[in-house]
Amino acid sequence: MSRDEVLIIRNLTMTFGGLKALDNINLEVRKGEIVGLIGPNGAGKTTIFNCITGVYKPVDGDIFLHPPVGKARRLNGMAVHKIARLGVARTFQNIRLFSHMTVLENVMVGRHSRGQSGVIGAILRDRKTKEEEEAIVRQSYAILEKVGLNAMVNELAKNLPYGDQRRLEIARALATDPFLLLLDEPAAGMNPMETMGLANLIRGLRDEGNLTILLIEHDMRLVMNLCDRIYVLDYGEKIAEGTPEEVRTNPQVIRAYLGEECYA
Amino acid sequence: MDYFWGLFISGLTKGSIYALIALGYSLVYGIIELINFAHGEIYMIGAFTSLIVVSLLLMEGMTGWGALLLSLIVAVIYAAAYGFTVEKIAYKPLRQASRLSPLISAVGMSIFLQNYVLLAQTPDFLPFPNLIPEISFLKRIFPLMTPAEIAILLTTACLMVVVTFIVKFTKMGMAMRAAAQDRMMALLLGVNVNRVISHAFILGSSLAAVAGVLIATHVGRVNFYMGFIAGLKAFTAAVLGGIGSIPGAVVGGLVLGWAESFGAGYISSDYEDAFAFFLLILILIVKPSGIMGRATQKM
Amino acid sequence: MLRRSFFVSLWFSFLTFPIMVIRVNTIEKTVNWRFGNLLLVAVGSFILSLLWQYLFARREKMTKNNSAKYRAILSRFFSGKIRFVVGFAVLLFPFLLSTYHINVLTTALIYVVLGLGLNIIVGLTGLLNLGYVAFYAVGAYLYALLNHHFGFTFWICLPLGGLVSACFGLLLALPVMRLRGDYLAIVTLGFGEMTRLVLENWSDLTYGPSGISGIAPPTFLGITFGIRGTMIYLYFLMVAFCLLAIFLVRRLRDSRIGRAWVAIREDEEASRAMGINTSKAKSIAMMIGAAWAGMMGVVFAAKTTFVNPASFSFLESAMVLSIVVLGGIGSIGGIIIAAFAVILLPEYLRFLSDYRMLAFGCAMVVMMIFRPQGILPYHRRTYEFKEVHR
Repeated sequence: MSRDEVLIIRNLTMTFGGLKALDNINLEVRKGEIVGLIGPNGAGKTTIFNCITGVYKPVDGDIFLHPPVGKARRLNGMAVHKIARLGVARTFQNIRLFSHMTVLENVMVGRHSRGQSGVIGAILRDRKTKEEEEAIVRQSYAILEKVGLNAMVNELAKNLPYGDQRRLEIARALATDPFLLLLDEPAAGMNPMETMGLANLIRGLRDEGNLTILLIEHDMRLVMNLCDRIYVLDYGEKIAEGTPEEVRTNPQVIRAYLGEECYA
Repeated sequence: MDYFWGLFISGLTKGSIYALIALGYSLVYGIIELINFAHGEIYMIGAFTSLIVVSLLLMEGMTGWGALLLSLIVAVIYAAAYGFTVEKIAYKPLRQASRLSPLISAVGMSIFLQNYVLLAQTPDFLPFPNLIPEISFLKRIFPLMTPAEIAILLTTACLMVVVTFIVKFTKMGMAMRAAAQDRMMALLLGVNVNRVISHAFILGSSLAAVAGVLIATHVGRVNFYMGFIAGLKAFTAAVLGGIGSIPGAVVGGLVLGWAESFGAGYISSDYEDAFAFFLLILILIVKPSGIMGRATQKM
Repeated sequence: MLRRSFFVSLWFSFLTFPIMVIRVNTIEKTVNWRFGNLLLVAVGSFILSLLWQYLFARREKMTKNNSAKYRAILSRFFSGKIRFVVGFAVLLFPFLLSTYHINVLTTALIYVVLGLGLNIIVGLTGLLNLGYVAFYAVGAYLYALLNHHFGFTFWICLPLGGLVSACFGLLLALPVMRLRGDYLAIVTLGFGEMTRLVLENWSDLTYGPSGISGIAPPTFLGITFGIRGTMIYLYFLMVAFCLLAIFLVRRLRDSRIGRAWVAIREDEEASRAMGINTSKAKSIAMMIGAAWAGMMGVVFAAKTTFVNPASFSFLESAMVLSIVVLGGIGSIGGIIIAAFAVILLPEYLRFLSDYRMLAFGCAMVVMMIFRPQGILPYHRRTYEFKEVHR
């Protein structure tokens, strides 16, 4: 186990009723990497995300988190909000914004876990609370500038165009101050130009923000361009891993995506 | 020992009534994931309608169980009509809205119907005549049961078989099951989901009406408020057995009926209503999907 | 459109025929045919159907928030001079009106505070609590019992009532923590009913259905007022409470915890993923809402000097809920208006009071369909940023 690993998954197995969604998955993500997770629909990619973030409790196997500061932890069965506070943030496959809150407020909610003030502070608005509030507003605005949404601060989240909503989800996730960011199909529904912008954003986040990114995507061009390494899943099993070049030419991967006939 | 059997029978009776009403909750919840708060009121309207018809018939000189049967048919028709109308007015417009809206609308509908009957009729408890004949051979088989209780038991059993048949083997039943599993998919496959939902309401309301008439006969009176508590308990029964499941409604109903009976008989009769509440909390903590339900990830 | 209404009218005439037209009384063995009602239903449903279709077509427009306009009007209305006049009137009312009117106003104010309390639970956090009356009852009975047995005064019991009710709130919050909206609603409903059941049956503690009377009204520095004096005292007390409640809700709404509540209402799963401890936040919401109701319960007991289980039925919970719904989930101004409407209208339009509950039920359905954001919708706060970069 090298010092570089941020996330280590060993023998992860997940079943629902009789259905085995994940079968003995092994996976590592190293600090500063952008790792892709691809595979046909239903392969179990989001299930892995849900296991990591604590939405599901794995039936078998281990998920270890190695934060840059602090000790290593086993994430199995930990509460969702506790895992988020450790520094693991995510976006969702189907956009799950707080629709009736403004863009700024969505991001401010992301800052919740980095704040302290409670009911008493809310009522008294003492200096400490006020300073914290101002900091939250400032930091949220800065994040919105980073993703390019600062013009829409007071717009209701539900009124945003689709591509911007996806960006907002990323901004919200960033607000939790994570070191590991899980993006679930961030480019879904985006046109090529938006996708390019997204790629630049993600790369920027990794380069400047010291983030490690695990990415589920279907847009192959994005994946090949962006990712350092890729894992391929099919029917709950890992069928390939490696650099984009290695994966692209892997016969098993091709077969999984295109069916038996085409071998190239 | 007779005391025990007495409680057993009263629990069985109550449980059957709960099961009939619970089925209505389950059928609707299975498809649109909404607790039809007004369902208890449909049960009450069924009972009231039956009372009205029976009174008219008795005045005209018709006697006995023929009058009861006729009133039952009319009650079922009207209850189904009310159920259908309630859905169209209070629930259908809100199908796309957030979870909270249809729920509040349902509560509002429940309050509206209660007071509608209160104002149009009377706040009093109105006596309901006992028209079920004593059939001697039945009396020999079930010695400890009154004719009303026998009627409840037999009717419930028959209706359960009928409903199971409908849901399993008819086209509409299959459509209901499909819509319950995946509404969007059913829609895409050409199922007229609106029609299916209406049918679920009609079927559920009909069962509730039968329950209402049976209870009116058994207890001997009707009142505008009778749907409130009955509805609450029947919902508990539905959750207990596993919401969305037909055998679950029966199991839940019987478990609740017996729990109440034996609880009231051996522990405390003042707090009879509380047993339902405690059972509800218990099952929601221990196994939210209910006794017969399949465990799902979401709750 | 006319054809549709015609058929709707026909349908409703058929539907309501037994219950509206035929009034049966099996006690006196009479049957009363009221064909007048048939005409009423036929004509009424025709007109309402037309109205419904019209409003339905404009539904999109209605739910859109044109309240920017409202807000501008309202903020001008409530600015400086008007505020002064209103404040002056509020202070003057009790000395100009009879005890009866003061009583009604005080009741309305109690419901304003109840509405604001329930608003925290239902409006902000999205927990449909149908058993709110339980907390109200706890406060009332606490004062009644402590005063009756030990002579505790109003001012001691007030915070105590809040505290004990908050504990009850926690008690209710625990089992419903993981429940989804519908189940939560039923469980809270059951909770409310069970509380009333206990109050009725645990006669040793609560004196059962006959209730507790002779509860002491509040004193001011040891001075006990006469009937009118107490009424005026309570009135001013409630005005103060209202202002306090409004202040608290505004502070809470616009804070870290307030945002967490709204986030939970919007999407609990996503909130958790953002690091919010949703169980804790929901419990806090429940406890704060409960504490408010508890304190109002104490005031209620002091005001009526008599409590019995009948005053704490589902009817009360339904009324407070309808106030929150009508006023606009989350909206302070709306809730105030709604509370006054709900209490004052049936009092001053006596012929309406029988139809009160019917109107509530109807209003809840109609509001949800046509104007879910309430009379006076609440808007999220806007922030201003000066351009720092070019």
